[in-house]
Amino acid sequence: MATEVRIPTILRNLTDGAKAVEGEGATLGELITDLDKRYAGIGERLLEDGKLRRFINVYLNDEDVRFLEGLDTPVADGDTVTVLPAVAGGMR
Amino acid sequence: MRFDSLLGSLGRTPLVGLPNLSPSPRVRLWAKLEDRNPTGSIKDRAAFYMVEQAEKDGRLSHGCTILEPTSGNTGISLAMVAKLRGYRMVCVMPENTSAERKQLLEMWGAEIHFSPAEGGSNEAVRVAKEMAAQHPDWVMLYQYGNPDNARAHYETTGPELLADLPEITHFVAGLGTTGTLMGVGRYLREQRPEVQIVAAEPRYGELVYGLRNIDEGFIPELYDESVLTTRFSVPSDAALKRTRELLTMEGIFAGISTGGALHAALGVAQKAVKAGERADIAFVIADAGWKYLSTGAYEGTLEEAEERLEGQLWA
Repeated sequence: MATEVRIPTILRNLTDGAKAVEGEGATLGELITDLDKRYAGIGERLLEDGKLRRFINVYLNDEDVRFLEGLDTPVADGDTVTVLPAVAGGMR
Repeated sequence: MRFDSLLGSLGRTPLVGLPNLSPSPRVRLWAKLEDRNPTGSIKDRAAFYMVEQAEKDGRLSHGCTILEPTSGNTGISLAMVAKLRGYRMVCVMPENTSAERKQLLEMWGAEIHFSPAEGGSNEAVRVAKEMAAQHPDWVMLYQYGNPDNARAHYETTGPELLADLPEITHFVAGLGTTGTLMGVGRYLREQRPEVQIVAAEPRYGELVYGLRNIDEGFIPELYDESVLTTRFSVPSDAALKRTRELLTMEGIFAGISTGGALHAALGVAQKAVKAGERADIAFVIADAGWKYLSTGAYEGTLEEAEERLEGQLWA
């Protein structure tokens, strides 16, 4: 089972510049563990003390995983995971 | 309706049904027309309320300088009220902001201090905080952390929604400073504990996420995750498509961030349809489309418009 993971600019030094990579796992946590095997160091940039870092947002099919089941959120073949840093955004 | 002056006409905006976009008579969408505020956006509520409270507690008095990191509607609202009340207004905004915004701000006498485009509003917030430290006599109302921003919505937008739609099941709005969602969300949860509060967060081009490191990330001080039911990231192509649909199917000419809120609202509506549940979903028309005409969002094909929007700050 492969899930597409979109990588933000700030982490692409770990993915040889790739904007999107694929990983496997039944949950988001497993997917991140798998990604870390393929792209060493990415796990530590996403997680701290076994939780998502404060300024890292992860979306499963555009929904924030913090409102799903966090790292236990099930992921499936064909899902898209998007990783983004938390920013102040555009025009307020 | 008659008011003593323009500022008195703030709020009490219409809530209109969307008969063509609503999936069924049991699952209905409602739009709150916040473009019908004095300067044309929902930000008038927060800006006027923050100024009023600062005057009441003595932080602001005639001749003061107001400083705010803003490239958009909050700056326009503050510039207008500052002009009427005799304050000097300094805005800090990213240099890649549209010409209309710059003109609108200058029209009401605001002075503009540009921050680097790289990093978007993060950078504007950082620069404004530095300037505030250098000028301790200036007053930074600071929309991202001022509880009066959320309070304005708790006291006005929330009660207006409930009065017009007592059967409300969902409230959907764009997530920026988070003031609208926090204020309306808290009020509705007190009155209707079962209500769902849904955030639509704009997903921009890569420039906006161009931080040097993750620790430079930013979460508005006002943000309280526990108020929300869920949060969606809406890509610009979806926001644009929905903005067009609102125009062609319901006749509403809205800004692009509203398309993002509509996208999330339609997602929630589809879920209700599938579950066979009744739903009355209110969402916010944050502003009208005028300020975005130069982005090319409303002309040509959707694909052309998407291309033009790439790299621009659209909400």
